[in-house]
Amino acid sequence: MDAKVTRKRTRTRWRKHDTELTLLALPTTVWYLLFSFLPMFGVIIAFKDFKIHGGFIDNVVNSAWIGFKNFEFLFKSNDAWIVIRNTVGYNIIFIILGIVLPVTLALMVGQLHSRKAAKVYQTMMFLPYFLSWVVVSAVVWAFLSFDKGIVNQILSSLGQDPKNWYMEASYWPYFLVFMNMWKGLGYSMVVYLATITSMDSTYYEAAVIDGASKWQQTRYITLPLMKFVIVLMFILSVGHIFSTDFGLFFQVPRDSNSLYNVSTTIDVLVYKQLKTATVGMASASAFLQSVLGCAMILTANWVVRKVDRESAMI
Amino acid sequence: MSRQTGYESGLEKFNRIGKGTNVIFHLIFIILALLCLIPVVVVLSISLSSEASIRETGYKILPTVLSGDAYNYIVKQGSMIMKALGVSVLVTVLGTFIGVLLTTSMGYALSRPKFKLNGLLTWVVFIPMIFNGGLVSSYYINSSLLGLKDTIWALILPLAVSSFNVIICRTFFKSTIPDGLIESAEIDGAGQFRIFFMMVLPISLPVLATIGLFLCFSYWNDWFQSMLYIDNQNLYSLQALLNSLMSNVDALARNASTMGVSYAQLVATMPKESARMAVAIMIVLPVALAYPFFQQYFISGLTIGAVKG
Repeated sequence: MDAKVTRKRTRTRWRKHDTELTLLALPTTVWYLLFSFLPMFGVIIAFKDFKIHGGFIDNVVNSAWIGFKNFEFLFKSNDAWIVIRNTVGYNIIFIILGIVLPVTLALMVGQLHSRKAAKVYQTMMFLPYFLSWVVVSAVVWAFLSFDKGIVNQILSSLGQDPKNWYMEASYWPYFLVFMNMWKGLGYSMVVYLATITSMDSTYYEAAVIDGASKWQQTRYITLPLMKFVIVLMFILSVGHIFSTDFGLFFQVPRDSNSLYNVSTTIDVLVYKQLKTATVGMASASAFLQSVLGCAMILTANWVVRKVDRESAMI
Repeated sequence: MSRQTGYESGLEKFNRIGKGTNVIFHLIFIILALLCLIPVVVVLSISLSSEASIRETGYKILPTVLSGDAYNYIVKQGSMIMKALGVSVLVTVLGTFIGVLLTTSMGYALSRPKFKLNGLLTWVVFIPMIFNGGLVSSYYINSSLLGLKDTIWALILPLAVSSFNVIICRTFFKSTIPDGLIESAEIDGAGQFRIFFMMVLPISLPVLATIGLFLCFSYWNDWFQSMLYIDNQNLYSLQALLNSLMSNVDALARNASTMGVSYAQLVATMPKESARMAVAIMIVLPVALAYPFFQQYFISGLTIGAVKG
């Protein structure tokens, strides 16, 4: 008891180590202030008639408040709905496939008789994760380009007409989903596999003694034990439902105009508006994205907290 | 360790999937692994094909006429490519160093339970995970207010810290470094800087390696910062160069023509298509060679990250 009381007292006093730790954390704190918190206040650009000339602070302070005009413009354009549909639509597919496929594959790879082979497969499947989207875009180009691409060569050797793939919007939802899975599968598989291998083996020993089949072990031991990680991944991805991997939707379709309706997501739109200097609309879109993203994370977390307190993030 | 499912444990032998299922699983994984590998092989083989054969028959999975022209060209003519390689290496090395320093120092401060600012700084790290200012205001703040536009720092600073990495570090320091160790050093009169640099960092190699590798790969693979902030071609990284080559194969020739070689002559002689893919290989090769060795670090890093902090 005594020790606890004295400890409490010293805790309230600022000590030498507090100064030192503050100094140690100072550079990173400054980084956070400059690169994370300053932009948070920058979102007021969305409510102003922002001009790009002159000093930044001048611009932000002196440009006129215009309320929700920027948002009005945004929603009057047809872009808004197409882009929101694309962003949310692709994300829903990615969330479902992004949990079902890697969990299934992680369960499968853990069962292979040969550990060596399993390791080789994992290593090979992890490779795409380390390629940048620019490289991936070059890879896709090698397959899909009109006059030299491998797919068209195969088509013509089968006696079919070559297609100009970068003009055919109807195929791209499949391509984009495929490329996203291709790039991320190995990584997510390892995340789930890490959880599986850290499980207590005595559960399985007991299950085998009780005569549980492989399927029953998976159903009643492995999956319930994985619940926490799966739910966590689910919250994280639901929280990001209004943002997308910019590289996938910008680099892979090579900014082709014919693919606009199927490949433009909020991130791509914001970037394009920024580059074409329609700052007002760009900042309105970016603001919406941040706020909606924040709301989604908190909601997802709140729901999970209601269902299962332990699995919640906050 | 003994409590983990050891694959070689005796029980495991009786608890295996059937032979048939095993074969089917293997087949599925072989197909998936090839799907992941073949595209990279294709890029490599295009980079090794002769320009004439590409013009005649298009890209092939295996080169019809082998040729090292593209790489020859890069070594001889590609001053721009070499410059881009330099930028990429510089950004990766410097960025990783700065990033690791910023991440671990913050992680360490947050891992000290008696630190008075612990609560406040935890929020500083945590809030950006939930809310961010978005691309537009970041862009204007970085380029106009902080003056990073067209500097190498635009490629380095914005990517240096991620809250996720800080939290991995904090969890690691909290769980692996005994309080007693640090307290005894404090009693011996060591300051926090000394404790952090001389004691904590040397025994934290696993987490340093994990964070370092994550940063290394993200700097090496970054193209977005270049696209946003870099207009000066001298500051192009390999990724930015490949990006501009993908939209315009002549980009290389245009740059080289400023060095006294005639434009027409260069466009005619340079191996454009294969050079494009050769740059891609220059990007992929270091990564592809390095990562199998570091895979275990990633896996342990991911496992640390998965533990609720």
